[in-house]
Amino acid sequence: MTDLTTSPAGAVTTVERGRFDADEHGWFGEPGLFGGRFMPEALVAALDELTEAWQDAMADPTFVGEFDQVLREYAGLPSPLFHARRLSDMVGCRVLLKREDLNHTGAHKIRNVIGQALLTKRMGKKRVIAETGAGQHGVASATAAAYFGLDCTVYMGAVDTRRQALNVARMQLLGATVVPVESGSATLKDAINEALRDWVASVDHTAYLFGTAAGPHPFPSMVRDFVRGTGDEARAQCLEQYGVLPDAIGACVGGGSNAIGLFTAFLDDPEVEVYGFEAAGDGVDTPRHAATIHAGESGVLHGARTYVLQDEDGQTKESHSISAGLDYPGVGPQHAQLAHSGRATYVPVTDAEAMEAFALLARTEGIIPAIESAHAIAGGLRVAERLAAEKGPDATILLNLSGRGDKDMGTAIEYFGLGEADGRQPQPQGAAAQGVQA
Amino acid sequence: MSVAEAFEKARSEGRAVLVGYLPAGFPDVEGGIDALLTMVEAGCDVIEVGVPYTDPVMDGPTIQAAAQQALDRGFRIADVFRTVEAVAATGTPTVVMTYWNPVERYGVDRFAQDLAAAGGAGLITPDLTPDYAPEWIGAADKRDLDKIFLVAPSSTDARIASTVAASRGFVYATAVMGVTGARASTSDLAGPLVERTKRAASAHDLPVGVGLGVSNGEQAAEVASYADAVIVGSAFVRALLEHPEDREAGLAALRSLTEDLAQGVRRRA
Repeated sequence: MTDLTTSPAGAVTTVERGRFDADEHGWFGEPGLFGGRFMPEALVAALDELTEAWQDAMADPTFVGEFDQVLREYAGLPSPLFHARRLSDMVGCRVLLKREDLNHTGAHKIRNVIGQALLTKRMGKKRVIAETGAGQHGVASATAAAYFGLDCTVYMGAVDTRRQALNVARMQLLGATVVPVESGSATLKDAINEALRDWVASVDHTAYLFGTAAGPHPFPSMVRDFVRGTGDEARAQCLEQYGVLPDAIGACVGGGSNAIGLFTAFLDDPEVEVYGFEAAGDGVDTPRHAATIHAGESGVLHGARTYVLQDEDGQTKESHSISAGLDYPGVGPQHAQLAHSGRATYVPVTDAEAMEAFALLARTEGIIPAIESAHAIAGGLRVAERLAAEKGPDATILLNLSGRGDKDMGTAIEYFGLGEADGRQPQPQGAAAQGVQA
Repeated sequence: MSVAEAFEKARSEGRAVLVGYLPAGFPDVEGGIDALLTMVEAGCDVIEVGVPYTDPVMDGPTIQAAAQQALDRGFRIADVFRTVEAVAATGTPTVVMTYWNPVERYGVDRFAQDLAAAGGAGLITPDLTPDYAPEWIGAADKRDLDKIFLVAPSSTDARIASTVAASRGFVYATAVMGVTGARASTSDLAGPLVERTKRAASAHDLPVGVGLGVSNGEQAAEVASYADAVIVGSAFVRALLEHPEDREAGLAALRSLTEDLAQGVRRRA
């Protein structure tokens, strides 16, 4: 049951600064450590204008009401909180999944783009640009642009346009222009670079719909405000449906928007453990991973001071993850601060662990998750086993199922050798899986 | 010679300063030094040595390609100091232009120290504005280095004033809204921006340099009519990129381009 009194727009009318909010310069926690705005002067006026428009909008009941209405009627929110019973039986305590995979366009990202597109209209701009990795933010941006009647250009690494041809087609069908980016490593970080280059030249009539809670101030805070409905809904749903707060919550972290969307509502609940699951690729002891908080060091990337995968000269290293959406060598600065302060714990999850969880969730609950979200399932089940051992069957973990896996079927076909009706099935490995099959 | 002295000299000669840019390590470290020395000989008054970086969000395709080539050939930060040292030894003021993360990673004070030790005159920081630069400002002041910050057509008068107040050496006016790259025509945004910047800069006696994709003497003369310095980057890079297999031809192209530009800043069309 979903509490229909919960606002999908969340508690966004709060304008007072809480202890987890950034200051007026964009610093999270101690000034100078994480966040800020390391940007060309040419973009500062636009970022100031955006900051003012966002803060003004958040305090305007008309804007918040329209945001809420569009999320409800168009995007299908609030999303349900689902008790995954077979997974719960398997690990020995209650596993709840926030079903953001059921949202329009298939992920939490619709919340962010509806918020930013609504703000674009309010600011009187007619064109939006976006970067995309796997294509989910690009599809969401193209969708919002179609809905609001805005011109839309999406920058996507040339490597990713080939990996995610289906999403390129979706964006094109929705009326967006998709520009393949050949520079650098031709992946997400280069798509961001190219979008910023466009924005420097087009800023007077164009809004940059940034796809995650990273980048220069105000993006980390603004995106957080637009996606925090995930956690606001989940917290209210958990209390209503189970009468308790969860013992732990968890989400995957690339740039970190779905995670900050879930975490925000719970940060002031000290009894709730908070986990972010980073993509460990082939393993954090190999060069092929995207575990930025675990293995990165403080630096400046795409406008914010945060943890960055970089070499000793400060050159950005190429990241790797089987999930394109987590394949980013930076992370949102608020996550860096939450890790630094100890309020949240960030744990690496390998490609293999994520793919095991991907197959497991499909077979135990009938849900094919995005591979990104499968990282949260894999890491979350490890936490759940510990909670069950410590607190027994009444322990509760709430995980963000941030997106659905249709887009990942190409990867799954290749990884598991699927698609030929030869009687084979993907076999989840490991002790946990044995319990399910029993 | 300091940057300020180079501007003083040009002013006394009734002309603008020619600032020439190349990224370090392009086409390789020694080749880059040769190229910069050629530019000095042929008439550049101030040299900007760029630091190749993996994520150059302010650069267009020409400079991106050069920086990528330098990185692919194993460019290291130490190569910047080597390059600066070789160029500064000619007596020509030499500044470094860099995205911020390589400096931060190297250590801000350590970078300032090594830059000063190499004879470098200062730093141009395209993605670091004075309001986020307290550490760099402190280190620069300690080492007597120039802090060259940027203003843009979109900058408010208040931001221009605070940027000018924080700068030393000169103020860098990016006179087009867009990335670096040679342009066929000069921007009509440049004049008004320089005028606004000069108004703020006059109290500090700070010169204003303009970068907007100048690629020939005629454009240089036009910009020199209202700016204290004409900054040229992509056109130099392109001269080298067009002769990938023939170093001598590349240097010859660089020399004739520099001479054309140097005549331009003396013409003040």
